[in-house]
Amino acid sequence: MKRIVILGAGTAGTIMANRLRRLYRSDIKSGELQITIVDQDNQHVYQPGLLFIPFGIYTPEDTVKPRRPQVSDDVRYLQAGIERVEPEHDTVYLDDGTTLAYDVLIVATGTDIAPQETEGLTGPGWRDTMHDFYTLEGATKLHEALQRWDGGRLVVNIVEMPIKCPIAPLEFVFLADWYFQQRGIRDKVEIVLATPLDGAFTRPLAAKALGDLLEQKGIELVTDFNAGEVDGEHGKLMSWDERVEDFDLLVSIPLHMGADFVSRSPGLGDDMNFIFTDQATLQAKVKDNIFALGDATNLPTSKAGSVAHFEAEVLEQNIRRYLAGEALEEGFDGHANCFIETGFNKAVLIDFNYDIQPLPGRFPFAGVGPLSLLKETRMNHIGKMWFRWVYWHMLLPGRDMPGVPARMSLRGKQRVDLPPPERHPVQGGSANSMETDDDSARVA
Amino acid sequence: MTATIAGQTIEVDAEGFMQKPEQWNRDVGAEIARDSGVAEMTDRHWQVVEFMRNQYLETGNAPSIRSLGKESGVPIKELYKLFPKGPAKLAAKIGGIPKPRGCI
Repeated sequence: MKRIVILGAGTAGTIMANRLRRLYRSDIKSGELQITIVDQDNQHVYQPGLLFIPFGIYTPEDTVKPRRPQVSDDVRYLQAGIERVEPEHDTVYLDDGTTLAYDVLIVATGTDIAPQETEGLTGPGWRDTMHDFYTLEGATKLHEALQRWDGGRLVVNIVEMPIKCPIAPLEFVFLADWYFQQRGIRDKVEIVLATPLDGAFTRPLAAKALGDLLEQKGIELVTDFNAGEVDGEHGKLMSWDERVEDFDLLVSIPLHMGADFVSRSPGLGDDMNFIFTDQATLQAKVKDNIFALGDATNLPTSKAGSVAHFEAEVLEQNIRRYLAGEALEEGFDGHANCFIETGFNKAVLIDFNYDIQPLPGRFPFAGVGPLSLLKETRMNHIGKMWFRWVYWHMLLPGRDMPGVPARMSLRGKQRVDLPPPERHPVQGGSANSMETDDDSARVA
Repeated sequence: MTATIAGQTIEVDAEGFMQKPEQWNRDVGAEIARDSGVAEMTDRHWQVVEFMRNQYLETGNAPSIRSLGKESGVPIKELYKLFPKGPAKLAAKIGGIPKPRGCI
């Protein structure tokens, strides 16, 4: 009997389990193949929803379901912590002392915030004047803090890249601008986004477009800011090069790290516990029968659910090839696709991969109609809110998205001659600034 | 593309990161440093650059700023003094290794 073991029942692991179960349905029934998935708890959080909790748009209950029912009954489900993997012996050691031998191992253990890695961040003021919104507890506490806050200087800080959903901090400041306007206290609030990047985003065109949007909304962007230390008692965020940002309320996007067991598993991951992974085949570098996908990898693409979904399509076929003794296909191109919520019921859509940055144009979407790329529209917002249903009912069950292939397509995208690299795109002119428009009329 | 650095023809990317680490020597490193705003390379600078380079050549990956701070013998705060703004990026550039893969 062939044994496939999947570590992690989050977005990536769940999609993978359901896809492989469909692929091997008859082998599972006949007992020739077994799929086992392991997770340490039974709480599946719809992570894109965490952004909306601080502003009271979603409640915590809106974002959580148990993990087990999201995975097919034909898949064996184990709730246990992972102690380590020994690639040499094809064995997973669980916290409870039991072991799991495998023929194929898929690591999908994601990433978590590590606020304790920044000096002072978990000290006085943590979860009082200093918050995160990347955990259910953090987002909930931040909601309480925002409700009772009557203004001051709000600093949103990305400690270090990579982070999950790299556009979430931008969405947070856009929504904060909207939220304080709704409460009628926008004039009493300074909103600052301090980032280690040299612009609003990593890729030039998107950095420019999103930087312009920050400027329009009166949000200050502080670039090249590498947070080194926080003093919660005095409300000071200090960078390694000794710049200081004063805050009344700090929303930190702390350092992200892969799962702890990676550091105890020889050769599996880097010093941040991200899995050394081939960027095209998704095979782990440590051994040929280990694969990785989702936020757990060290790949230079976004840590986002859309990426896990696109990777799963490629990885399903590479697992099949591997078990059949065929050569793997270099099928993954780094494809990512994100709705960026910008407040006031509008959103921006971006679609990109390893080589091609987010471009303007139109994104063909079967059944819905074309969505505007790199441009604020109401229709993109509808897409974003609709996505929660898609997540539970199409994405996790491992179904292909109609009209959205794993490989990025250039259909509808405008080729843009890139301007020479700008050091601080947000300080440039406004030639390419995003015009808001409502394209819902074009969608029938 | 190529650039002439310290009298040698060197393969670089659009941002000036060397594409062939074997073309590197200290003279090349020192000139890249000057062009990048590090006027004088001290022993402490070279300690970081050599550590970065060796790690890359051994593992195929440039170390993160955190492991530089833990393992190079130079604390992070000093790294930012030696290599302003982005120590990991700048030390990689001076050390003649490709740009650390920016994560997005």
